[in-house]
Amino acid sequence: MTPSEGARAGTGRELEMLDSLLALGGLVLLRDSVEWEGRSLLKALVKKSALCGEQVHILGCEVSEEEFREGFDSDINNRLVYHDFFRDPLNWSKTEEAFPGGPLGALRAMCKRTDPVPVTIALDSLSWLLLRLPCTTLCQVLHAVSHQDSCPGDSSSVGKVSVLGLLHEELHGPGPVGALSSLAQTEVTLGGTMGQASAHILCRRPRQRPTDQTQWFSILPDFSLDLQEGPSVESQPYSDPHIPPVDPTTHLTFNLHLSKKEREARDSLILPFQFSSEKQQALLRPRPGQATSHIFYEPDAYDDLDQEDPDDDLDI
Amino acid sequence: MARERGQLVFLEGLKSAVDVVFQAQKEPHPLQFLREANAGNLKPLFEFVREALKPVDSGEARWTYPVLLVDDLSVLLSLGMGAVAVLDFIHYCRATVCWELKGNMVVLVHDSGDAEDEENDILLNGLSHQSHLILRAEGLATGFCRDVHGQLRILWRRPSQPAVHRDQSFTYQYKIQDKSVSFFAKGMSPAVL
Repeated sequence: MTPSEGARAGTGRELEMLDSLLALGGLVLLRDSVEWEGRSLLKALVKKSALCGEQVHILGCEVSEEEFREGFDSDINNRLVYHDFFRDPLNWSKTEEAFPGGPLGALRAMCKRTDPVPVTIALDSLSWLLLRLPCTTLCQVLHAVSHQDSCPGDSSSVGKVSVLGLLHEELHGPGPVGALSSLAQTEVTLGGTMGQASAHILCRRPRQRPTDQTQWFSILPDFSLDLQEGPSVESQPYSDPHIPPVDPTTHLTFNLHLSKKEREARDSLILPFQFSSEKQQALLRPRPGQATSHIFYEPDAYDDLDQEDPDDDLDI
Repeated sequence: MARERGQLVFLEGLKSAVDVVFQAQKEPHPLQFLREANAGNLKPLFEFVREALKPVDSGEARWTYPVLLVDDLSVLLSLGMGAVAVLDFIHYCRATVCWELKGNMVVLVHDSGDAEDEENDILLNGLSHQSHLILRAEGLATGFCRDVHGQLRILWRRPSQPAVHRDQSFTYQYKIQDKSVSFFAKGMSPAVL
């Protein structure tokens, strides 16, 4: 049994999640937040890749090498190739100890490899790079690195490449995050509730619909994964069908109900300003017993009484 | 007393700023960026920190496990530095104080709250991601109270303790006294019990 087969024959469900994240290769985006950190999951994936016999490179910008290696046993640590960009990433000490070209140069160098061995590159973190490099440059380099194995040229000689990128969601706008998301084959968004961490996993397999699932988990001190059921969901308290709903109008001091007679009287009432056909007939028909109306006018001394109708000259 | 024993190195920003602006400087000043039109980084300020932590006597350091207190970073943003430049400064301080000298850092940043300040949010979130412990002090939701001055939310970010549930966030209420602070659980202030 090769070491990689031995590693896979562990607890089935645990390996399913890590396996599925590493299986597709390409860019795996780990999106975390202040409350739900993603470095532990990154380290769990790094450990898994190392146990499967892959070559593992770490671009460490955010934490020291000691802190990153903490928790791994010596077997794993010996398999990790650590590129330290934590101590002097911007070359302020002017000693040029760091890789010339900084983290981007190191990443570009990985584009030029010709090994048949599958490789995993962990970026700790992608946010660090995105804050200091132009987004387009970073995306181009990431695309070149993560798609080496699908180049038409010498695809047979280059092994599968997985790039694990840790991204702190709150630090970037929707544009750069969207660009990185579109480059990623697998996207894991970390969250949680009530003290339980969850991972929302979105997989984009070629020529298939993207699939997504949510997995509850916790990471053990040795960076192996423990899958969980998730917090118990409180059932919504909804009304018992055996208890009839309470009528709120039963104990009022005023009457909201109408009796049958009252209802009929209300329906037959004609509103004073509503123009119905009855009203029209009443207006047109002269009322019996009523004489035609007279107007009694007492003219003033200066009144000009003209008996002519001023509208006579109108040709109507 | 700490200052007398040489344990405390204090950079008084306000006074120092007056010096750098109104007096000609021969060597780079920690607050050099105030004079420069396009100050890219806070490297002189970091070099001041680094110098201050160097062993005074030849060879042996007189004091171990230094603590760097920064009060407060939001001022640097107001003075025109970009959020990434301030994060770089803190990064280098971390590398020196925490990793090299095994010390600790305590940094104060103001939360812009509802006012949407993108640069401040980047600084605040970037710092939070670099921190192992976050203390968030805020006023009470119900308003001013004479006996409870505010509440403190404590968030542990270091997943180091084994088998500890991720309930790593605690909230305490506090009252500031003359030279100390007293803490109590929510709703348990002696004034209201």
